[in-house]
Amino acid sequence: MTGGRTARAGLATVVFTVGLSMVLLLAGSTWAAPVSDGMAILKSRCFTCHAIKGPAATTLKSFSARKGPDLFYAGVKYNEEWLIKWLARPEPIRPAGFRYFKNTVVTDGADDAVDWDALKAHVALTEAEAESVAAALMTFRTYEEKIKKNALTEAPADAFMGEMNFDKFSGCLACHEIEPGYGGVTGPEVYTTGERLQPDFVYSYLKDPQSFDPKSFMPNKELGENFLQVLTKYMLSLEAPEPEDEEEGDD
Amino acid sequence: MNGPFRLFRHTFRSSGLALFFCVLGAVALITTTPGAATGATAKDNYRTYCAQCHGVNGAGGGVNTESMNVQPRDHTDAEGMSAISDAQLRKAISEGGLAVSKSVLMPPWRSTFSDKELDALVEHLRVLCKCSG
Ligand code: HEC
Ligand code: HEC
Ligand code: HEC
Repeated sequence: MTGGRTARAGLATVVFTVGLSMVLLLAGSTWAAPVSDGMAILKSRCFTCHAIKGPAATTLKSFSARKGPDLFYAGVKYNEEWLIKWLARPEPIRPAGFRYFKNTVVTDGADDAVDWDALKAHVALTEAEAESVAAALMTFRTYEEKIKKNALTEAPADAFMGEMNFDKFSGCLACHEIEPGYGGVTGPEVYTTGERLQPDFVYSYLKDPQSFDPKSFMPNKELGENFLQVLTKYMLSLEAPEPEDEEEGDD
Repeated sequence: MNGPFRLFRHTFRSSGLALFFCVLGAVALITTTPGAATGATAKDNYRTYCAQCHGVNGAGGGVNTESMNVQPRDHTDAEGMSAISDAQLRKAISEGGLAVSKSVLMPPWRSTFSDKELDALVEHLRVLCKCSG
C-alpha cells in the first residue's frame, strides 16, 4: 500500500521535473538565441575591422593598422539601446574618420584639411540583426575591474562651468565637437556621450585613457577629481540637436 | 610539470642540442622586444599624435586648428624654435603647455610616450626646424 503511494509520488516528481526543465530550457534558448546569432554576425562580418578579443594594440604599428574601434569591452562602454539604434542606422562619430591621418590632405596653404570624400559609410544591419549583435556585444566585459562603480557624485551638471572647463580650462574642444561643426575633428563627437556611453566608463576613461588603449591619441590630461566630475557630467548632459532644429536655423 | 619536462629531456638528450635551442630562443626573444624591432620612430609618433594640431608637415595647421583659439606652434619656424631650449621643449611635450606657461591646448604626453620616445621627439623637432636650441 505504502509502496504504491511512493511509486505514484515518484512518478509525479519525475513528470514535474521533466516538465520544468523543458520550460526552463525553452525559456533559456529564446533568451540565448540573439546572443549566439549576434556572435555569429560579429565573427563573420565585423572582426576584419574590429577587435572582438583583447588585448588592445601596444605598438604604434598594430595601433595604426586597426580599421575600427576595439569592441572587446563594448559591454562596459556602450548603452545597449544606443547600440541597437546606431547599428541599424549608423552615423559618423569621429568627424575626420577613425584614422584621421588616413583622410588628411595637405593643402597649398600648408594647412591640413580632411578629405571628406575619403570617408566611407558604416555597414548597416537590419533591426533584428542589430538587436542580437547588441546583445552579444553587451557580454564583452573585459576591463570591468578598471571601471570605478558609481563614480559620479550627487552634485548636478553645470552647463556653464562645464563648457568653460571643456573649452578653456582643460582644452578638450581642440579635439572634440560639442555640437556639429564646432570643435576638433580627430576625437569622437561628445554631444552624443549621454546616449552612447555608460557614465562610469566616461569617468574612468577620462582619468586614464591609456589603461584602455595604450596607444590612443587621446592624451591623459592629468585631471583632478573636481575636473573629472564637472567634465563627465557636462558631457553626459549634452544632447544632439534635433534634425528639425537645424532646418529651422537655416531659414 | 614532470611530464613535459621529461619529454623535453628525452627529445633533446644531447645537451649540446638543448643549449643550441636555448640560444636560438634567447635571440628570438631579443629581436622581438618592442623598441628593438617594432619601436615607433619619432617621425611616426609625430605624424600620428602631434599632426592632429601641428599638421602633417609640422607647420602648425593641423586638422583640429579651425576651432582652436590659440594656434599650435609652427615647428618649422627656425627663428621661433631656436629661441626655445631643448629642456623647455622636453618639458612642454612631457607636461603640457601649462607647465611652460603656455596654452592648455598643448596636452601633456608623458602618459603616452616612454622617456626615450620623448627625447626622440625633441630631436625630431630640431630636424623639423633645421635649428638648434
Ligand atoms: C570596413 C571596416 C568596418 C567593418 C566591416 C565594420 N565596422 Fe564598425 N566601425 C568601423 C569604423 C571605422 C568605425 C568608427 C566610425 C566613426 O567613428 O564614425 C566603426 C564603429 C562601430 C561602432 C561604434 C563604436 C565606436 O565607439 O565608434 C560599432 C558598435 C560598430 N562599429 C560595430 C560593427 C559591427 C557590429 C560590424 C559588423 C556587422 C561592424 N562594425 C563592421 C569600421 C568597420
Ligand atoms: C589630442 C586630442 C584630444 C584631446 C586634447 C582630448 N581628447 Fe578625448 N579623445 C580623443 C580621441 C582621438 C578619442 C578616441 C579614441 C578612440 O577612437 O577610441 C578620445 C576619446 C574620448 C572619450 C571617450 C569617448 C568615446 O566615444 O569613446 C571621452 C569621454 C573624451 N575623449 C573626453 C575628453 C575630454 C573631457 C578632454 C579634455 C580633458 C579630452 N577628451 C581631450 C582625442 C582627444
Ligand atoms: C590638441 C592640439 C595639440 C596637440 C595634439 C599637440 N600640440 Fe603642441 N601645441 C599646441 C598648441 C596650441 C601650442 C601653442 C601653445 C602656446 O603658444 O601657448 C603648442 C605648442 C607646442 C610646443 C611649443 C612649446 C613652447 O614652449 O612654446 C611644442 C614643443 C609642442 N607643442 C610639441 C608638441 C608635440 C611633440 C606634440 C605631439 C606629441 C604636440 N605638440 C601635440 C597644441 C597641440
